[in-house]
Amino acid sequence: MIKGLIFEVRRFCVNDGPGIRTTVFFKGCPLSCWWCHNPESQDFKSETSIRNLILAGERFQRTEITGTFMSVDEVLKEIAQDQMFYDESGGGVTVSGGEPLMQGPFLSGLLKACKQKGIHTALDTSGYAAPGTFDSIADLPDLFLYDLKLMDSELHKHYTGVSNQSILRNLAALFKKKKNVILRVPIIPGITDTPENIRLMKDFIRSLTTGSMMQTEIHLLPYHSLAKEKYMRFCKQNKLEELPDLKKEDLIPLKAEFESIGGMVSIGG
Amino acid sequence: MTDRIKFLREQSLKAINHISTERASLVTDFYQSGADREVSIPVMRALTLRYILMHKHLCINQGELIVGERGPAPKAVSTYPEITVHSIRDLEILDSRPKVSYKVDEETKKIYREKIIPYWQGKSNRDRIMRALPSEWHDAYNAGIFTEFQEQRGPGHTVGGNKIYGEGMLDIIDNIHKSYAQLDFINDPYAYEKQEELKAMEIAANAIIMFANRYADELEALAHSSAIRHPASVIHHTKEELLDLANICRNVPAHAPATFHEALQYYWFVHLCVITEVNPWDSFNPGRLDQHLYPFYTKDLHKGTLTKEKAVELLQSFWVKFNNHPAPPKIGVTALESNTYTDFALINMGGVKPDGSDAVNELSFILLDVIEEMRLLQPSSMVQISKKSPDNFIHRALKIIKTGFGQPSCFNTDAIVQELMRQGKDVVDARNGGASGCVETGAFGTEAYILSGYFNLTKILEITLHDGFDPGTEKQIGLHTGNPDSFHSFDELMEAYSQQVNHFADIKIKGNNVIGRIFADYMPVPFLSLIIDDCIANGRDYNAGGARYNTTYIQGVGLGSVTDSLTALKYHVFDKKTIGMGGMIRALDNNFKDFEEFRAELVYNTPKYGNDEDYADDQAKAVFEIFYSAVNGKPTAVGGIHRINMLPTTSHVYFGSVTGATPDGRQSGQPLSEGISPFQGADHKGPTAVLKSAAKIDHIRTGGTLLNQKFSPGFFDGDESIRKLTSLIRTYFRMDGHHIQFNVVSADTLRDAQKHPEKYRDLIVRVAGYSDYFNDLGEDLQNEIIRRTEHQTF
Repeated sequence: MIKGLIFEVRRFCVNDGPGIRTTVFFKGCPLSCWWCHNPESQDFKSETSIRNLILAGERFQRTEITGTFMSVDEVLKEIAQDQMFYDESGGGVTVSGGEPLMQGPFLSGLLKACKQKGIHTALDTSGYAAPGTFDSIADLPDLFLYDLKLMDSELHKHYTGVSNQSILRNLAALFKKKKNVILRVPIIPGITDTPENIRLMKDFIRSLTTGSMMQTEIHLLPYHSLAKEKYMRFCKQNKLEELPDLKKEDLIPLKAEFESIGGMVSIGG
Repeated sequence: MTDRIKFLREQSLKAINHISTERASLVTDFYQSGADREVSIPVMRALTLRYILMHKHLCINQGELIVGERGPAPKAVSTYPEITVHSIRDLEILDSRPKVSYKVDEETKKIYREKIIPYWQGKSNRDRIMRALPSEWHDAYNAGIFTEFQEQRGPGHTVGGNKIYGEGMLDIIDNIHKSYAQLDFINDPYAYEKQEELKAMEIAANAIIMFANRYADELEALAHSSAIRHPASVIHHTKEELLDLANICRNVPAHAPATFHEALQYYWFVHLCVITEVNPWDSFNPGRLDQHLYPFYTKDLHKGTLTKEKAVELLQSFWVKFNNHPAPPKIGVTALESNTYTDFALINMGGVKPDGSDAVNELSFILLDVIEEMRLLQPSSMVQISKKSPDNFIHRALKIIKTGFGQPSCFNTDAIVQELMRQGKDVVDARNGGASGCVETGAFGTEAYILSGYFNLTKILEITLHDGFDPGTEKQIGLHTGNPDSFHSFDELMEAYSQQVNHFADIKIKGNNVIGRIFADYMPVPFLSLIIDDCIANGRDYNAGGARYNTTYIQGVGLGSVTDSLTALKYHVFDKKTIGMGGMIRALDNNFKDFEEFRAELVYNTPKYGNDEDYADDQAKAVFEIFYSAVNGKPTAVGGIHRINMLPTTSHVYFGSVTGATPDGRQSGQPLSEGISPFQGADHKGPTAVLKSAAKIDHIRTGGTLLNQKFSPGFFDGDESIRKLTSLIRTYFRMDGHHIQFNVVSADTLRDAQKHPEKYRDLIVRVAGYSDYFNDLGEDLQNEIIRRTEHQTF
């Protein structure tokens, strides 16, 4: 049976789509964004790290393995535990990562299994996938949480490690198919919030929505440095170590900008 | 908030808790006069109340709209020497302890030394009880297996129903006469007892009317005296207000209330008499206040004699009265087990009407406004949420909860109704019920539901692991259930535990039945019996089983701790065999000294209750079933039935202090888990998992369970999170959860989390697409979050 490499199944997630949700974090990502706040999600293999447990002032070290292979049924069993909460809140499952699209067959198996159980699904994705792979799963999730980071391909490559060509193409395909999409824009000072990038992004969004009566939902995600400790624990280089956090208030002017193109904008998830 | 309320609220907050000897002194005078020896006990108790009400100082606070204080001044707290006598040492402790102190001046000590103690020593009801209880009871009590509420307070825990809003005391006296006329001295062997009880009730009913008239006289005198010419800037009563208040006191409680204002004043007089007659444990309160007052509110509004603003001001003045009345101070161990000022008067809002339809009304919302604005410790408040309650009612409550004030708590009406009906109550009585105190289910106005004491479920495991021996008091107080080293399976251990629980539950129940009879025979409460149906019709006292329903509860404490401990034994000793039973017990007896590494495994790497994992939660269910069958259904001394509920107040701290180290990694003396909440830090899968675990025990077969949930303040931001919390509550209630309370984590708590991460494994920082535990953040970031938290709360 096909298994997926999962690094966490987190219950009661309230910032990753509507209602109360369980988020399944896939491990492995082709991108390596400078601002990545789940650095443990990047490698396509399980990792060991040392965790310090503190008890009565004493330190106890434990080796921790991040990333286990799970079958669809195993994941589904954990998901189903909160079914009543989904029902009551209009919630469901969010598949996140890492980049779930990199484990296409498992992802599709999981999404289908959820659908069969009547559980709402959201896919939190960078959109980076070969068009063929992408199109094959595009009809499965009920909702896409789709990252839009940098419009300039070179800059995109510089800051995330990959070109944005397929990302923009796949997003356009979703709009064409009239899928439910929430655009998620990480606001990283000096990187994604430049006037040029914002202008290009607005133009692009406008081009996607031309002729549509639907309002595009846009979430602006302010940069935070909460992952600092994780970078150290997993011995990963944190390129934005010195960058201070943004406050929600800092994003108010940007919110207005995106609203000017008819977006339904909120700050945070 | 009007200037008047600002002033009253400030005066109440400024008043200092202190012991008043007024009541103790009057009671002593009365008993010393010998008057008590000429009449039956019920009549004597009614005359005692009358004597107090006739001679006590009348306190009228400047500007207040509801009059009446139990003591001579706000926060002047009465004592009850006929129930329990404070020693000089007790008074000194009360005076000097840093937390929850009651000031005691030299004059008070003198009166106690010269008058109260000499008369009452050896004669109080507590003395009578302690003499009557067998040594096995004392041994278990001293070991901290259970506590006893009635050793220093009267049986209480009842809540007023709707009776007083339709009947004046004169109507009630008519009913007493009717009951009197039915006495059958030929066929009824209890006719004499009934006669004396009914006589006592009539005296009590007349006493409250007399007391209200004294207030009316005093108010009129004030209105006509020159002393009330105040400068305009000072908050004071106008002459008209004083005369109005006097009129109100003439009309209620003698007659049924005619207005909103009269309804409140009537209740308040009743409240005062209930808590003056004896010191019932505890929480007497008006119950379904929005339901009781709504007809008066709409009628007065319609007539144009009341505005919404005036109603709010009256309610706020009413709120101040509760805050003026701290709980009677306790002595000895009881002060440890429940060291709070409050008497847990829990106002209920919402719920369902007698016909089962949604009861949320305009007043429910007005009361929530009052609670938000007053922010007082007392009265406490709760919302009853039924499946029919509108979401906006829950949203309104959550907007108050998120300010971090701990009120209102959320209750499941549908569960409460089922709990009461399972106990055999009529559906209308069940729908008129609610929860009082912390979380205790009751049929308001028709039930005596007496809390008898906390029961230390965790300590009993310690005793089981020592073959019935208590390492604390160094006595064999339990059964010999075998050396645990010889147990071959986890089931054998559970069987031994079950035998010990039954053994101690029997001791407790036998004690309850001694104490119950002593209260029935020696300490009747004819006044309270006026208020609770069907005491008058039955001609029987509230303390003697006169109420329509009589229930005695034992409160299980430490469910999370005992579950985790049993689970750790199952996991490490029987399943994984990482340690032998002997080794485990050695680790516990050493309080984990030289077992630190093993303790870290127990704390961090062992299945725990609260994570929606059956491996651990199965033990919670098993313990619940053992405790339930040991108690539920056993008769009480007054014709009632014993039942269980699961709540600790603050006894989990006391019980922890007398319980040695436990297999869950808890060190000796540390607090136990509270209510049905997981042990602090044991849950790490978020609130949905906690709720699922907590719902695995059968709440419907309890009389209340208590579940606390912590949230960081940032979580409550925005309407969306309020909606999600609403869904969380609704789902828990769909699973028959009885109660949930949300606590907003403060900056201080987060600081504590930095020091004791093991207690805060459940603190999760939630940001879109990311989630991590507070414990896993570096110190700088933790400090940053603490700074932000301080910013958001006030």
